[in-house]
Amino acid sequence: MSTEAMLASELRDTSHGSGQSGHVVRLGSARGNWFRRVGWRHVVGVIALFFAIFPILFVVSAAFNPQGTLSSSTLIPRDASFANFDTLFSETSFWRWFANSLLISLLSAALSLFISAAAAYAFSRYRFRGRRAGMLFILLVQMFPQFLAIVAIYLIFVEISELYPAIGFNTPWSLILLFLGGALGVNTWLMKGFFDTIPKDLDESAKVDGATHAQIYFGIILPLVTPILAITGLLSFISTMSEFIISSVFLTEDSAKTAAVGLYGLISAQRNANFGVFAAGALIVAIPIVVLFQFLQRYIVGGITAGAVKG
Amino acid sequence: MASPVEHVRESGAPAAAGGPPPPGGLMRLAGPGGRPLGLILKLLLLAVAAAIAVWAAIPLIDAGNWIGLAIVIVATIAIFVIYLSPRMIPAKYLVIGTLFLLGFQVAPIIYTLTTAFTNFGDGHRGSKDEAIAAIESASITQAPGSEVYALSIGTEPDGDLVFLLTDAQGAAFAGTAAGLEPLVPGTFSAGATGKITEAEGFTVLNVGEASARGAEIAEFSVPTDDGAIRSQGLSTAFEGIAGQNYQADCDCITDINTGTVFTADNDIGSFVDPNGNALAQGWKVGVGFENFTDALTNPTIAGSFFKILLWNFAFALLVPVLTFALGLALAMLFNSEELRGRRIYRSLLILPYAMPGFAMLLVWRDMFNADFGLINNLFGLSVDWLGGEWTARLAVLIIQLWMGFPYMFLVCTGALQSIPSDLVEAAGVDGARPGYAFRTITFPLLLVATGPLLITTFAFNFNNFNAIYLTTGGGPFPADNPTAGATDLLISYTYRLAFGGQGADYGFAAAISVLIFLIVAVISIIGFRRTRVLEEVN
Repeated sequence: MSTEAMLASELRDTSHGSGQSGHVVRLGSARGNWFRRVGWRHVVGVIALFFAIFPILFVVSAAFNPQGTLSSSTLIPRDASFANFDTLFSETSFWRWFANSLLISLLSAALSLFISAAAAYAFSRYRFRGRRAGMLFILLVQMFPQFLAIVAIYLIFVEISELYPAIGFNTPWSLILLFLGGALGVNTWLMKGFFDTIPKDLDESAKVDGATHAQIYFGIILPLVTPILAITGLLSFISTMSEFIISSVFLTEDSAKTAAVGLYGLISAQRNANFGVFAAGALIVAIPIVVLFQFLQRYIVGGITAGAVKG
Repeated sequence: MASPVEHVRESGAPAAAGGPPPPGGLMRLAGPGGRPLGLILKLLLLAVAAAIAVWAAIPLIDAGNWIGLAIVIVATIAIFVIYLSPRMIPAKYLVIGTLFLLGFQVAPIIYTLTTAFTNFGDGHRGSKDEAIAAIESASITQAPGSEVYALSIGTEPDGDLVFLLTDAQGAAFAGTAAGLEPLVPGTFSAGATGKITEAEGFTVLNVGEASARGAEIAEFSVPTDDGAIRSQGLSTAFEGIAGQNYQADCDCITDINTGTVFTADNDIGSFVDPNGNALAQGWKVGVGFENFTDALTNPTIAGSFFKILLWNFAFALLVPVLTFALGLALAMLFNSEELRGRRIYRSLLILPYAMPGFAMLLVWRDMFNADFGLINNLFGLSVDWLGGEWTARLAVLIIQLWMGFPYMFLVCTGALQSIPSDLVEAAGVDGARPGYAFRTITFPLLLVATGPLLITTFAFNFNNFNAIYLTTGGGPFPADNPTAGATDLLISYTYRLAFGGQGADYGFAAAISVLIFLIVAVISIIGFRRTRVLEEVN
């Protein structure tokens, strides 16, 4: 830490101290001061919190609403029961769907992390023919509305399903393979930016010591880029967990469905009646994501932009 | 809380300063023990690659798919050459991802590009021969007094379907896709109804097994001299005659009941009668730029096209701007050291981002419901949100603001923390007012940091199908035009045209995808140029 920064934090400490002593002497004025400096932030913060939370509260309340219909759901539950959860567990294959979702999301997040980190390392550390063209190409491919290529994707997988039923429709592998096709996507750019911030002298000195490129990559670079690995892994985990259009085309058998496809099926058939069960399922799906989010929070804040910022 | 960037810098600092690397880690890595281990790992992985290649090759050889086999061989050789060669280091890090990219992203895109120049869609799926076969077999009808058979469904040893038939006189036949063969008495046994229960050389399916192949059985026909034998349910079959026959000499199909002659038009891939009526079943042909000119000049399509394009731009621009504005405001709000509970605020504020998106879109749709929706209840309103043109647009924007602001909040929090505070402090020392410092120092630096993300958000929202499809479904629709709604984006509009009521028209959908791609790509490239991301690549 630079001396300036230390000085600054010292200054802050003293000012804080004087504020506290002021608190004893001039109570009213300190309060007004507190509101002007901090208090209003709480007021605005609470309003923002309400905006962020109330749809989620509605889902929670609907999940515990014993009547289980959309029209009887309110923001604050009048009555609570686990009826919807019971229905979800006993009358649908929810746990199976959920396990499928977790398998697909975890595997494709981990594998695509591996692929995009390797590519980012090559783009960041090596100068080779086709490097610029390759990066531009990756960027351009992302601009194509993948969703409208779904007919082509479908026909390709019809062929694959005939040749290799083990990785065809109604298997998790079909989706994982497809998602890996997008691994060299925006994430590579995001990561490359972060890799660039790690001093090249590190690699150079290791190279002088006789380290191979693989040792430099796995032993030195990867441990240093954990924040960006965490954030991109989490982002791709989230997007795969809630992906449902392609999944609904690929997975039609009940036992192969992901949670998103299965839950959508519940309310597309009986929108009002199954709303409580749907909400209960959505809540359970959200749990691993929310837990991961809180767990990785310290990485996330810095991770997303760190690649782009060079201060 | 130490930001990760600082963390990286700190741990990287000693070596970066030119000092010797920490002896423990690096020496062990680079030591003599490292190489054999790496080599063994590499050989193991190559063995796995070879095993996968063999596994992939066998069905391709069985099916006689030589192009597929060639692709597998080339890919495998490429992997071996790249990983065994001491050079080509960047390729070692890129080849796997590239193979996936080519197989599952580039190939579908190329396929879509070529489809855009065809009439591929319902009624124009296969080749001309397939179309003729389909027309003839669909026109088979049971003529009065034609032969009726008792039917058992069987399979040949290779699994192909066979119709085991007994006629009224008790003679038995095996009907395959190649034709009808009499069964020798004594090689089969029949039940009381005349249905064959066993036959040498064939496996008779039970009802359950037969129903499982029901669709296949309904399509199956046994060609005969006069027409074909088709099934009627799973236990009777009849001999019918084709009402429409193809003649190669005139390249036409004649309807024997009406005498109408449908002549093949190889430009549009249909059989057309003199009055211009086409048979429903056609085949796939190239149509040049017709799909593109259709999209831009057909009055019903073009009229909605530009209206939708305008809203599409508004939506794709407003979403990043609104989410960024709210995210930035909140990030600055909570960027005060004195504020207690910042962690709690932050944990709760990012919850919308952590909830499964498809589910929350559906929940929001129901919250905007006019009759029992939460929004109207909560604020005591009685607005028909999704029913009015402008309220529906507002609702869609509010939903996207909710879905997207936590991400921007995270991004801006990170960016604010990485902007050196001495810059702003220096401005303060020089007497600049906070607003001025923000405008001239913080905000420009933030834009540099978040510019690329804003552009990708724009590109994403330009085609944000879910945001529309799961909420308003494109609606509300004007009374005179049920195909183009007020909140439709190009992509949801195309989806309706391509897969909606009138039957699938993939060729046209592909052409619109190409147009969307061109629009998004051009704007994004201009955007990236301006934020100088591309220059950084050099």
